[in-house]
Amino acid sequence: MAFDGFSRRKFLEGTAAAALAGTLPTQMAFAKDLVVGFIYVGPKDDYGYNQAHAEGAAIVKSMPGVKVLEEEKVAETLDVQKTMQSMIELDGVTLLFPTSFGYFDPHMLRVAEKYPKIEFRHCGGLWTKGKHPANTGSYFGYIGLGQYLNGIVAGHVSKTKKLGFVAAKPIPQVLQNVNSFTLGARTVDPTITTQVIFTGEWSLPVKEAEAANSLADQGVDIITVHVDGPKVAMETAERRGIYCCGYHANQQKLAPKGYLTGAEWNWASVYRSFVEKAQKGEPLPNFVRGGLAEGFVKMSPYGPAVPEGARKQADAVKAEILKGGYSVFKGPLKDNRGREVVASGKAFVETAIELESMDYLVEGVVGSTA
Amino acid sequence: MVVFSAAAEEDAEAFVQPRAAETALDRSYPLRRALEALLVPLLALVLAASAFSLFLLFLEKSPVDFFALVWRGAFGSWFSFQNTLQRAAPLLLTALCVALPAHLGLVVIGGEGAVVLGGLAGAAGALLLLGAPPLIVQLAMGLAGVMAGAAWIGLAGWLRARRGINETISSLLLAYVALAVFNHIVEGPLRDPLSLNKPSTAPIGDINMLGTLPGTDVHPGLAFGITACLAFWVLIYRTSFGFSCRVTGGNIRAAQLQGLPVAGLIVIACALGGACAGLAGVIEVAAVHGNANASLAAGYGYSGILIAFLARHNPLAIMPMALLVGGITASGGLVQRRLNVPDATVLVLQGMIFLSILTSETFYNRMRWFQPRGAV
Repeated sequence: MAFDGFSRRKFLEGTAAAALAGTLPTQMAFAKDLVVGFIYVGPKDDYGYNQAHAEGAAIVKSMPGVKVLEEEKVAETLDVQKTMQSMIELDGVTLLFPTSFGYFDPHMLRVAEKYPKIEFRHCGGLWTKGKHPANTGSYFGYIGLGQYLNGIVAGHVSKTKKLGFVAAKPIPQVLQNVNSFTLGARTVDPTITTQVIFTGEWSLPVKEAEAANSLADQGVDIITVHVDGPKVAMETAERRGIYCCGYHANQQKLAPKGYLTGAEWNWASVYRSFVEKAQKGEPLPNFVRGGLAEGFVKMSPYGPAVPEGARKQADAVKAEILKGGYSVFKGPLKDNRGREVVASGKAFVETAIELESMDYLVEGVVGSTA
Repeated sequence: MVVFSAAAEEDAEAFVQPRAAETALDRSYPLRRALEALLVPLLALVLAASAFSLFLLFLEKSPVDFFALVWRGAFGSWFSFQNTLQRAAPLLLTALCVALPAHLGLVVIGGEGAVVLGGLAGAAGALLLLGAPPLIVQLAMGLAGVMAGAAWIGLAGWLRARRGINETISSLLLAYVALAVFNHIVEGPLRDPLSLNKPSTAPIGDINMLGTLPGTDVHPGLAFGITACLAFWVLIYRTSFGFSCRVTGGNIRAAQLQGLPVAGLIVIACALGGACAGLAGVIEVAAVHGNANASLAAGYGYSGILIAFLARHNPLAIMPMALLVGGITASGGLVQRRLNVPDATVLVLQGMIFLSILTSETFYNRMRWFQPRGAV
């Protein structure tokens, strides 16, 4: 490779100068390396959704023969279409990972139609054969069982029997996490309740801090979240002297005393497998899903405040989950208005299509979806 | 009391024409005046760029690399230039939402509210007329969006004119109200049940979407934006309505004494500005998203404030300034990827440009060479 002996800096100077002269054939620069682009909706050091993806990208970066390009804080508007095109046109990217849910339709689909030779894999979208271009696809993880394990640990640690959940929007993915967390805690003590607060936006740090404070004021002694950046809520919990369970990424550093455990994405394994296939020239899968058992999701190591009993039960349940086919949503199950939502005798595993349109909060959750 | 803006002061001075005898002696004055308006911001840009270069050196990054990448990402190729034009398009309209009321001495900063409500009204309008010929649907969308935007900012104007409420504060707070209303409607009454994890209104249908301008990858929002800038320049500087507005901005008491309908002018100028921002929202729906969802609140309304002030509220100057800001954001990604700097770096540059250009306003009418010369 011609550029091997060069530093990044020299390379940049070279490209910039060549660009000014207008002579550089744009895609030559990266000759044979596989160039992979990652796009994030927020800052990649948010201790949350975006950081989880950036950690995966960092693993890809360490693989030989791969060049990784990243762009953060790209809005779910034409901006992301232009970013994808710019990565393709100016940087020679051939495999793209737009990681935010809102990038899928119409943005990624529209760009993918224009560039049939470029591969696009999106996090969270529901790729459908025949409906969506063949050079696109989606991957996602089932993280509900991670929140279930969070709930089990929280159930053991809580003294006030009141848990708190700071959530973004009452959409199925979020509701499933709130419900799983609550059901996990209630396996320990069925009198436990979870107060949920919806902030209305994916990233609204001020409201998230207010929510965490208000939960602490109400006597809640453990909180967890489903927002893009759990940082503020975790720090607030630590400052208020209560416990917290993490989400998206490891937030141990933010709350060294109160951090119990957390449900984390493990995108590294997903990205590595895509990139390895692309390097070998094999076709990339279009629809990839997995949970704890498949290594898409992992749990943070237990914090110092987690007692032996909690570790034991959580580890035992985790072992069951890893065997596969574990279900949390089992009948008879009522929502918090007394309506039966899962009939007795029925049980939904995490992949069940019925869970994809969840619109209820289970018994034990204080709050409402509207 | 009405706040005096820089633009209003400038206009007030423009009325003090040199006497006929002096004009004869000073033929090059209009030229020098135009030169001043060009040189001052250019100098400010150079200053901002120098300050930013120091900042980069401090970060141990090469300023030469940086500006070369900005050039390449924003203007260096047809692809890059289209990227810039595309990003400038909504900003042309949202900048007008600030610039028009500014000629009456008003500082309206809540354009974001008009953008989201305009988009929502447009999407709702399309859903009512699904099945009608696309042109009808598109016209209805445009009309609905323009009216929603006009009503929202017009309301801030009305509160100013009739109740004496500060329009800066009221328009900003109304923007938050607009967002809340928008979210409520998109996630409630108008939510498409199929939009599970990203609440949106039902799609307006591919057939009703706006295409791109011929030969480009840019949506028609650009054409609307340019047309609006030209039309509003004529309105402000070449009609008696615009003259009345500028008189009001120059001295509201004098305008009242002249019998100008000051309250009406305020409401109309605000409504016109809101109409522009509402149109920007509709175009986002009809050309980009295909439905109304939370992505509409992308901050175009706020970027418009920056551009209007950079352009000193002159609709013609809005065009190059929108191009500048569009270019900086268009190149932001390339800079981020190649120099390995955080996204906030280009925001620092934008901030420096903004400060520098605003500070440069104090240099107008100070340098003697540019001033009218007459017999002493």
